[in-house]
Order: sequence, then structure tokens, then C-alpha cells
Amino acid sequence: MTPTEYEYLRKFLKDSSGLDLSADKQYLIESRLLPLARKAGLSGIAELVQKLQAGSRTLITDVVEAMTTNETFFFRDKVPFDHFRDHIMPEIIKARAGRRSVRIWCAAGSTGQEPYSLAMCLKEMGAALTGWRVEIIATDLSQEVLEKARAGVYSQFEVQRGLPIQMLVKYFKQTGETWQINPELRAMIQHRQLNLLHDFAQLGTFDVIFCRNVLIYFDQDTKINIFNRLARQIEPDGFLVLGAAETVVGLTDTFKPIPERRGLYKPNDPRAAAARPALAAATPRMVAMAGQ
Amino acid sequence: MKTCLVVDDSSVVRKIARRILEGLEFEVTEAEDGAKALEICQRQLPDAVLLDWNMPVMDGFEFMGHMRRLPGGDQPKVVFCTTENNVAHIAQALSGGANEYIMKPFDKDIIADKFAEVGLIPVGQAMV
Ligand SMILES: C[S@@+](CC[C@H](N)C(=O)[O-])C[C@H]1O[C@@H](n2cnc3c(N)ncnc32)[C@H](O)[C@@H]1O
Repeated sequence: MTPTEYEYLRKFLKDSSGLDLSADKQYLIESRLLPLARKAGLSGIAELVQKLQAGSRTLITDVVEAMTTNETFFFRDKVPFDHFRDHIMPEIIKARAGRRSVRIWCAAGSTGQEPYSLAMCLKEMGAALTGWRVEIIATDLSQEVLEKARAGVYSQFEVQRGLPIQMLVKYFKQTGETWQINPELRAMIQHRQLNLLHDFAQLGTFDVIFCRNVLIYFDQDTKINIFNRLARQIEPDGFLVLGAAETVVGLTDTFKPIPERRGLYKPNDPRAAAARPALAAATPRMVAMAGQ
Repeated sequence: MKTCLVVDDSSVVRKIARRILEGLEFEVTEAEDGAKALEICQRQLPDAVLLDWNMPVMDGFEFMGHMRRLPGGDQPKVVFCTTENNVAHIAQALSGGANEYIMKPFDKDIIADKFAEVGLIPVGQAMV
């Protein structure tokens, strides 16, 4: 790969998905894009770059998706889900006792393990949420991972990463070597394609936003920009949950860390919310929690 | 150092499991069937048992029943590790007193995750 080709791909990826590659990631590009080029019948990276420059739509999507890291597990890092169950939801149940509804956004849901983990947490809360409207929106840049998330079908290997065995037995149905999450849980989640670099105001406002292990791939300015826009989509008393290697500290004052609860953040200035125009959610699919 | 008893009739599986568990800082003992495992437990109970199901002499399920009835036998965390990968077997193991269940094939990540799940290792350790 020539330096010009590398620079072109770097800029292309940064503009299309935010992915910020340092100057020495040629090997990463080659290992991910060479197989893709071959599959498309192209001779190599040079021809791939030409096609991208010519604006080949399918190839653009394929290249962007091939460069994303989709790795995820059920209940990844465990602690955030303990916080969700023991701190976030109890607070929300108190604060929203009047309207009895909660909106949750998984901003980089990948193949669905994260939103389904949240759905299982909510199910486990049982009677505390009887009669509540619960909405979980899972978004991701990649159509490929969204399809998998929608199907909710996982390999034996995937269901053994982070998922307690009792939960597997309780919430999945086995078909041959694969396991599918129950229709009732699938119905709790709405999956949508969304690029975090683009406007997401149309999603409306949320009580809880999980945005984990995606901002790490972006440069500082992109992170700041996304934090500032996330702040407009969160209720003044809502919660932002970041990944283990991510923080707002030193980047923005729109959120502040919650002491003693790693990975949890609150919006900083509740007055900003008053100035915010009311946003209606686009065709929300509300699922009433059935009694246990 | 926590102790783990690896019970499997395949010496290859025991060896792989031993390497992974020693990496997670367990002191490992091995048994090739349920009867031998029970003898070991009668002398001293381990903190954890990684347990195959189908074995000659005494299978894993029967072993677990005997072990759970020993004085203090409710203490060890039992993690099944077997090719039996259907819900019926999993449910039987859980109601018989198993704490977790691994469907073979397994690797270091799965063992670490499952051991963290039952509190045998800290959650952070499962991530390295
Ligand atoms: C490593 S996964 C994280 C999944 C999950 N949140 C977790 O923590 O396990 C990162 C996901 O971010 C998605 N992603 C990358 N760039 C994105 C962007 N610009 N907008 C939306 N999603 C993006 C990828 O497709 C991938 O599925």
C-alpha cells in the first residue's frame, strides 16, 4: 500500500465512521481490507481505493463495516449492569413513578449482547416494573451487526461469554448448536441503523444512555462533539454509561462522573434542559412490561 | 491460593484445564473419574471443581451428589464442563447443585468468565 493510498483510506474512514487510525496501522487495514477486495474481484488495495474514489456505494459500506470492531459480550464488565440494576433503575423508578415509562438507548449495540443484557436485567426486576412502558433502542453503524442483533441468534461460544447459565436456560431457546433469545425479550428492543457522527436528535430524549466501547476509536474532537450532542438527548436526571476505557473527564463539562460508580455519568447542568426544544420520539415502539 | 479439582477422563482436557487454571492462580489437582474425585474430596474439599459429566466408574453428576452430602460439601463451587450441551442436562445439573455450566469446547475466556460469575476470581481478572 502506498503512503498516498494509506492516507486516503485513513481520511475516508475518519470521515465516514469516526475511526481514528494512527500513522502506523497499515497492517490493520491490509488484514481487514485485502480479503474484502479479493471477494469483490479486485486485484488489491490500489484498485479498492480507486473504486472508493469513484464512489462505489456498496463498497463504501463494506469497507466501513469491515473496519469496525464489533466485539461484545453479554453483561460485559459486569459492574455497569450491577449499577443499572442497583442504582440507575431504582432511581428512575422513583423519579418516574408518575408517568411509569423509561427510555433506554444503546448507542453502539453491536450484535445485541448489550441491549439484551439490559432487557434481561429489566425482566429480572419483575414486579417493580409491572405496568411500566419500557423502550430500548439499540443503534449501530453496521447493518450486518444489526441483522444479527435483530435475529438474536448466538453461537454456543457467544452465549458462554458473560451470560450466567441460569439466564441462558431462562431466556434462550436452543436450536441445534445455536441459541435464540426469547421473542418476549426481542420485542423489547428496537434496532436501528445510526451513525453517531450524524444527527441523532430525532431519537428523542432518554433516561439512560449506554455508549460503551465505541468512543475509544474516535479522536478527541469527535468525542467532544458526540458528548455534547448526547447531553441534549438525555433527561436532566438521566444516566450516561461509558466503557471501562472511556471518560468525559478532560473533554467536556456537559457530564460529570458519579463518585464511587465507575463508568456512570450524570448530565451537568439541569438548566440547559429547560432551553432544549421538546423532541418527540419517532414512531416509538412501546412495550408494556407484562406482570411476572 | 485457591484450589481447583479438575475431573475429566481425558488427560488432554485435564492438561489444558490445568494450564488455564494455573494461569488464573489456582492450585490444581486432577482426577480421572468421579470415584477418584470423591476420594480426594473426602480428604480435603477444594474451592472449585471443574467437572466433566460422562466418565467411567462414576459420572460427574453422581459425584456431585455425593460431594454435596459431605460435611462442608455445599461450599465448593461446581462448574460442569461437558459436551452435553442441551437444556435438559443443564437444568438437571443446576437442580443437582451445580453453580455454573460450560459446554465444550471451552477456552481461557469462557473459564475465566464462568469462574468470575460464581465469585471464584474477581471480575477484572476475567478481562485480561
Ligand atoms: C466494540 S463494539 C461495542 C459494543 C458494545 N457497546 C459493548 O460495549 O460491548 C463497537 C460498535 O460500535 C459501532 N460503531 C463504530 N463506529 C460507529 C459510528 N460512527 N456510529 C455508530 N456505531 C459505530 C461498531 O459497528 C461496533 O458494533
